[in-house]
Amino acid sequence: MFFTYIYRELRRRHRQALLTALGLAVGVASVVAVTAYAGGVGDAQDEVLQSLYGVGTDITVSQTQKLGEGQGGPQSFGMRPPDSGSANAAGSAKIDRSVVTSSPGQKSIPQTKVTTISGLDGVKASTGSLSLTSLHVTGKFDQTQGGVSSGAVSGMPTGGQSSGGSLQMSGIDISSFSLAGVDVSNLKLGPLSAGQITSGRSFASDETDAKVALVTKAYAKQNGLAVGDSVKVKSTKFKVVGIVILPSGSTSSDVYVPLARAQKVSDNKNAVNQIYVQADSADSISAVKKEIKQVMPKATVTTSSDLASQVSGSLSSASSLADRLGRWLAVAALVAAFAVASLLSVSAVSRRVREFGTLKALGWKSRRIVGQVLGESVVTGLAGGVIGVALGIAGARLITALSPDLKATMGSSVPLPPGAPAGAGGMMEALGGAAQTVTVRLAAPISLNLVLLAVGLALAGGLLAGAFGGWHAARLRPADALRRVD
Amino acid sequence: MLYELTNVTKLYTQRRKRVDALAGIDLTIDQGEFLAIQGSTGSGKTTLLQMLGAMDRPTSGSLLFEGRDLAKLGESDLTELRSHSFGFIFQAFNLIPTLTAQENVETALVPWHVSIKERRSRAAEALEGVGLADRAKHIPSELSGGEQQRVAIARALVRAPRVIFADEPSGNLDERTRDDIIGLLEQLWRERGQTLIVVTHDTWVAGRASRRIWLDAGKLEAPPVDDRRGAEAIATPDREPALRA
Repeated sequence: MFFTYIYRELRRRHRQALLTALGLAVGVASVVAVTAYAGGVGDAQDEVLQSLYGVGTDITVSQTQKLGEGQGGPQSFGMRPPDSGSANAAGSAKIDRSVVTSSPGQKSIPQTKVTTISGLDGVKASTGSLSLTSLHVTGKFDQTQGGVSSGAVSGMPTGGQSSGGSLQMSGIDISSFSLAGVDVSNLKLGPLSAGQITSGRSFASDETDAKVALVTKAYAKQNGLAVGDSVKVKSTKFKVVGIVILPSGSTSSDVYVPLARAQKVSDNKNAVNQIYVQADSADSISAVKKEIKQVMPKATVTTSSDLASQVSGSLSSASSLADRLGRWLAVAALVAAFAVASLLSVSAVSRRVREFGTLKALGWKSRRIVGQVLGESVVTGLAGGVIGVALGIAGARLITALSPDLKATMGSSVPLPPGAPAGAGGMMEALGGAAQTVTVRLAAPISLNLVLLAVGLALAGGLLAGAFGGWHAARLRPADALRRVD
Repeated sequence: MLYELTNVTKLYTQRRKRVDALAGIDLTIDQGEFLAIQGSTGSGKTTLLQMLGAMDRPTSGSLLFEGRDLAKLGESDLTELRSHSFGFIFQAFNLIPTLTAQENVETALVPWHVSIKERRSRAAEALEGVGLADRAKHIPSELSGGEQQRVAIARALVRAPRVIFADEPSGNLDERTRDDIIGLLEQLWRERGQTLIVVTHDTWVAGRASRRIWLDAGKLEAPPVDDRRGAEAIATPDREPALRA
């Protein structure tokens, strides 16, 4: 009887029922579409951040160089021409020097800190890397007359400089490339985590001290390198075992070698200059940041959300739009739908006063009648939910199809915008300081949770509307059956 | 004695005006009576029906039904009385428009919480009893006025009530159908000893009753005719009370 009655009644007032369901559907659909859109924007932001410093990294730790500190300044090669005694007065000497130094702005951090951080509460894993720059100068010293002087050549490839007019350098060729030492036992975290091998293989986890290297595809192409060739860093030859590509916009070095080798080649014993930390869960990130700060008070600790505030461009505008306007619109639509549903439910009961009065006269309990009203409302709500989900999915697909690729720009090569968090500055220097623009496609994902939320909302709307109608029905009296006019 | 009413009053407040629908009724009703309650509009006859039918409680006085004072019963007790001991027939038939004849009769058994099977068979039986077995699957809009009232009677009868209350049962029917319906009720009274309490302004209908009372302005009036006259004494029309197979 219960379901028969509901079905027959809804069929009788199918137009109102449909209107109510559609109203709820529109409200639900806007919530679905906005949530999917916001989710898509969130995914896009994650994509941007991931490509900037690797999958799985939640926090990076580095120590920035303060201006005026010794290390990292203009390089001095300390080149001297050969002793006057050992060379011809008017002879020449070849120059072939190689220096590997830490990237500008980075101070080294003891490797033991990596282990310390691994042990902190809420930390899933941490690794360290050492990013370096390798400079190689070749050329000749030509001695023209008496007088010896030494020249300090700056690291800039601007050619030679002489003092005293008697010594000249010629045929100077300066090449440099960036080099990073990585923890080969945990490649899932760190600079290579988002890398893809296009040729050859990646590092094996036991190659912690091997003279093997990975080079990026771009660098390999530039220098005509292939798997099996070797790369010389200072005086050490590294065998290229694989070619790797990293996502566009991410900071990458040209050459990757095992950490221990990088440390040897740069005389940075047991040091790293960048630590990558992965937290247990998104919720523990800020707590972990605090712990790291306690363990390393002078370090710059940057989380992904610190960086997110730096992202400018259409992506961040899209995200604010989704947040503010979208949410309010969705809420407004939903409230309107609930109001319409409630009004219709109450009006439907008003038109059945004699009907319900008769049932009460027949001995039907109030709650049974309220149950009928609620049942009708819930069925309507369910229909609205199903339609709403379908509409919402269609809406989200439409957004995906219509939305242009979004761009996000991170940082700038010159001053940071005022008010930038301090960590971002250190982060940016760690990343090489250049402005990076990443382009992402926006998708609006629909998850099962979202569908359940949508249906739940519609059901809640149905129940709420039914409650209003039900309350009205409960107040009817059996004597209402005796009314002459409806 | 089925009913014993002592100084029953009912007071309504309508738009801040006090309405004494019933102004002190003393009445007794026996089992097996066919009682007609007459009076003009506003006389309080519908209110009296509501009181007797446990649809509402009196403002004051005592209203004993089988020894229980309905004036003192709670809402759920009244509901139970209505569902188990009383049957109702209304002027506008009051069938649920979306349900079939069979389902309408079944609604009377919903508060009984019997199995669906039993409910169905009892309802079918009741419909058969009023001669509408072949119209069981039709909804009210497909039935004539007389047929609808028959369904209503079946609905009232399906639970073998102690009392059947009828509020202007033939008010919406043409004369011939009226005769059929009232005849049916009369048959129930005669053959089964069913207690009937009927509110009517139709003198002919009232004339079929075994006893008539008059109300005016919430009070019982002296009856213009002998109130305990049996129905046999009243001149019956040519036709026999409606007999249906």
